[in-house]
Amino acid sequence: MTLLEVEGLSKSFGGVTAIADLCFKVPEQQVYSVIGPNGAGKTTLFNMLSGIYTPNEGSIKFQNRELIGRLPHQVASLGVSRTFQNLQMFFNMSVLDNVKVGCHLRTRSRIWSAALRLPGIFREERQAEAWSREALEFCRLEEFIGQEASALPYGVLKRLEIARALAAKPSLLLMDEPAAGLNDTETVEMRQLIRRICASGVTVLLVEHNMGLVMDVSDRILVIDYGSRLAEGTPTEIQRNPKVIQAYLGGEVQYAV
Amino acid sequence: MFDQILQFLLTGVTVGATYALVALGFAIIYNASDVVNFAQGEFVMIGAMSAIALSASNGLPLWLAIIISILITVGVGMALQRFAIAPARGASVVTTIIITIGASIFLRGIALLLWGKDIFALPHFSGETPIHIGEATLLPQNIWVMGGGALMVIGVHYFFNHTTQGKAVLACSCNRTAAHLVGINVSRMMLIAYGLSAMLGASAGILVAPITFTSYETGVMLGLKGFSAAILGGMGNPMGAVAGGLLLGLIESLAAGLISSGYKDAIGFVILLLVLFFRPSGLFGKASADRV
Amino acid sequence: MRYLRGFFILTAIVVAMPFLFPDNYYVTVVAVAAGLNAILAVSLNLLMGYAGQISLGHAAFFGIGAYSSAILTTRFGWNPWLAIVAGMALTCSVAFLVARPILRLKGHYLAMATLGLGIIVNILLVQGERWTGGPDGLGDIPTLSIFGWIVDSDLRWYIVIGSVLLLVVVLAQNIINSRSGRALRALHGSEVAAEMMGINTTATKTAVFVLAALIASLAGSLFSHQQTFVSPESFSFFFSIELVTMVVLGGMASTYGAVLGAVILTFLPELLVVFEEFEVMIFGAILMLMMIFLPQGLLVGFNEQIRKWLLQRARASGGEQRRDIA
Ligand SMILES: Nc1ncnc2c1ncn2[C@@H]1O[C@H](COP(=O)(O)OP(=O)(O)OP(=O)(O)O)[C@@H](O)[C@H]1O
Ligand SMILES: [Mg+2]
Repeated sequence: MTLLEVEGLSKSFGGVTAIADLCFKVPEQQVYSVIGPNGAGKTTLFNMLSGIYTPNEGSIKFQNRELIGRLPHQVASLGVSRTFQNLQMFFNMSVLDNVKVGCHLRTRSRIWSAALRLPGIFREERQAEAWSREALEFCRLEEFIGQEASALPYGVLKRLEIARALAAKPSLLLMDEPAAGLNDTETVEMRQLIRRICASGVTVLLVEHNMGLVMDVSDRILVIDYGSRLAEGTPTEIQRNPKVIQAYLGGEVQYAV
Repeated sequence: MFDQILQFLLTGVTVGATYALVALGFAIIYNASDVVNFAQGEFVMIGAMSAIALSASNGLPLWLAIIISILITVGVGMALQRFAIAPARGASVVTTIIITIGASIFLRGIALLLWGKDIFALPHFSGETPIHIGEATLLPQNIWVMGGGALMVIGVHYFFNHTTQGKAVLACSCNRTAAHLVGINVSRMMLIAYGLSAMLGASAGILVAPITFTSYETGVMLGLKGFSAAILGGMGNPMGAVAGGLLLGLIESLAAGLISSGYKDAIGFVILLLVLFFRPSGLFGKASADRV
Repeated sequence: MRYLRGFFILTAIVVAMPFLFPDNYYVTVVAVAAGLNAILAVSLNLLMGYAGQISLGHAAFFGIGAYSSAILTTRFGWNPWLAIVAGMALTCSVAFLVARPILRLKGHYLAMATLGLGIIVNILLVQGERWTGGPDGLGDIPTLSIFGWIVDSDLRWYIVIGSVLLLVVVLAQNIINSRSGRALRALHGSEVAAEMMGINTTATKTAVFVLAALIASLAGSLFSHQQTFVSPESFSFFFSIELVTMVVLGGMASTYGAVLGAVILTFLPELLVVFEEFEVMIFGAILMLMMIFLPQGLLVGFNEQIRKWLLQRARASGGEQRRDIA
C-alpha cells in the first residue's frame, strides 16, 4: 500500500529552483530516505509535504487525500508529523509540556472549559500526561521528564523532538537530519530509535547525511540533486548505481556502516 | 485650491524632514544594536532645550549654542549606550524597550528639573520674512529645516557607504562576532552609532525649534512619529526610514488641511496600519521568511 | 493543584490587608488602583508573556470598556451591569476584527501596530466630544450595586476589585495549565513547530488577543464605576507602556509576576511623591536599573537570589557537619 504519493512537484524561490518535477511513492510501514548534497532541496521538500511552503506545481497525495492547499496544522491533523533540521523545541516549556503539546490533536478541550476547569479537563490532563510519558519512554527520555527543555543537551533535544512528534500518533513521520550533530553512541541510539518507530507501525520519511545510518535503516532511498530525482531504489541498488557514485558521492565510495 | 495644496505640501515636507531625521536615528540604532530606542525623542528635546537655554539665558551666540547643545546630546546618546544598553546585552527585545523607556522618563525628569514645564522657542536662524511661492508662504526657517535635513541624510549616507568607520558600524550590525574577529572595536562602533543617532535627533530638534514650540515633553510624540516613520519605511533600511518620515509628514499635513487637524495623527496611524496589513515589513523593508 | 499555590498565598494577602491596616489610605485607595492594574497586567501577560505577542496598545481595550460603561449609564441610563456586558461585547468585536491582520505581524512591526491602535482609540476618545465629552471627560457615572449591596465605600471597592482579581488570576492559571495554555506557550516557543503539532496558530493568537481584551474591558468598566469619572488621559499610550512595564518588571510569563509588577508600579509613584520635583527622574532611573540588573523580572530575580542564598546556607551547614565528623 502506498501511503504518500508525490507527483510532478516543483518549487522555486525567485530564480532558484529548489525542487524540479519530483515524483516518488512512499510505501506504508517502511523507512524511506531522501538523500542528496547540501542545498539539493530536501528540507524544501519536507516543508512542502508539511504545508509550510506551497509548491508551484504538482500534487502530494497522502492516503489518497491531496495535501496541497492545506495549512500545516491541517496536514498534521491528517496524521503527518515532523522534526526539524534546526531544532524547533519550545524552550519556554518543560520537557513534559513539550511532549504534551504533541498530544494536542488527540485532545479536545477548549479555552473556556479550561478557564473554568470543567470536570472533563482533569481526565484529559491525566490522559495527555500518560500519552506523553509513553512517548518519552519510547524515546528513552523518562529520566529528563521533570526538567526544563532549555536545560537539556543537544543530543537529548534531538530525541525529545521525536518524542513530541510521536505523541501526536502520526501515521507518517518526517525526520529532517535526526543524527546531525550527534556523537557515535547517540547515532547508534538514533538508528535503533528509527527502527523502533518503524516497527511500531509508523512510516518514516528520513532525510539524513550520515550514509551509514541511511543505508542501514532504509527500505528504499531516493537520491535528489538540484531538486531533481537522480536515482531511486533499495540501499544496495543505490550503492551500486554509477550515476549516484559519480554525481553525488564523487567517485570512490566507502561506507562506514 | 492648488495653492492651498502647495502650502500643505510645503508644511508636510518640513514636518516630514524632522520625522525623517528622528526615524533615521531610530534605524541606525536598530541596525547597530537591535534595540528600538524609545528615548530617541528625548534627543530631539535635549538638543532643542539646551540650545534654547544656552542662547537665551547664557547669552551665547546662536551658532555656538547650537554646536554645544549638539555635543551635549551626543554625549547623552553615548552615555545611554554605555551605561544602560551595554550592561543589558543579551536581554530580550521587550526588556531593552523598557530600559529605553526608563531612560526617556529619566531624561525627561532631568529636563523638568532644569527647565520646568514652560514652553520655549529658539530665535529663527535667518529672520522671519516670509517667502511667497504663488499664494503659499514659506518661512526661511522651513528652508533651513529642509536643507539641513537633506544635508544630514546625505552625510549619513556618505558615512555608511564611503568611510571605513561607517562600514565598520554596518559590519557590526550584520554580524557582531565576525566584526569582532576581523578586528573591529565593536563597543566603539556602538558608541558611534548612538552618538550619530543622538546628533541627528538633536539637529532635528534645533532646526524646528524656532517654528514649533519646545518643552520637556516635546520628545514623546516626536519619538513615536520617528518610530512610525521607521516602521513605515521598513526597519533595517535607513533610507526607507527617511522616505517613511517624509511620507508621514506629508500625510499628516494633507490630512490636517483637507480633513481635520484633530484627527491628523489618527489618520497617520490608520494609514500606517493599512500599509502594515498589506506589507508586513513596511514599504521598503525586505520580507523576512522564517527558514526552518 | 500545585499551580494554584501562588493563588492561595495571594488570596491570603488580599484578605488580610484590610484587617492588618484598617482605614489605611494605601490599602483602601491605592490598593484598589493596584488591583485594577493587576487585572490588566495579568490579561496582558496572557498575550505577551505566554503567547509572546507584544502589545503596546492594551489601554485601548481598557478605554473601550470604561467609556462604554460611562456613556451607556450616563447618557442612556442603562443598568451598569448591562453596560459592562455591552462594553465587553463591543470590545470583543473590535478585538476580533483587528486581531487577524495585526497578529500576522511580528516583533517591532507588531509593537508598532498595537501602539498605533492604542493611539487611534485614544484620539477617538478625545475627538468624539459629542459622546465622550472630549478631553474634559465624562462624570457622574453611577456606582455598582450587587443585589442591593451598593458599592459605595473604598473598602467595598477593595472587596469587589480584590475578588475580580482573584477570579482573573484563577482563570489565567487554569488556562495556562491546560491544552489551550500549552498551545499559547508553544506558539511563543516556535510557531512552525506549534503548527506542525496541529495547533491553529492564527486562531490561537486571535483567541488570546480577544480574551485579553475582554478582561481589559471588564477592568475598564469597573474603573469607570469606581472613579465615577473618566477622561482620555487614563487610556493613553503612556498607560499601555506602563502595563507592558508591569508585566516585564514582575517577570514575563508569570501570572504572579504580573500582579507583583502591577503592585510595585502602582505604589512606586505614591512613595516617590516625597521627592517632589525629583519624582519623574527617580522613577525613570529605578525602572532602568531594575531592568538592567534583573532582566528576567523581579519574581524570577528574587527566586534566584533566594535559591542562591539557600544553597549557600546549605553548603555552609554541610561544611560544619563535615568539620564535626572530622
Ligand atoms: N525560504 C527560502 N527562500 C529562498 N531560498 C530558499 C528558501 N528555502 C530554501 N531555499 C533554497 O533552496 C535550495 C534548497 O534548500 P534546502 O534547504 O531545501 O536544501 P537541503 O537539501 O535541505 O540542504 P541541507 O542538506 O544543507 O539541509 C537552496 O538553494 C536554498 O538556498
Ligand atoms: Mg536541509
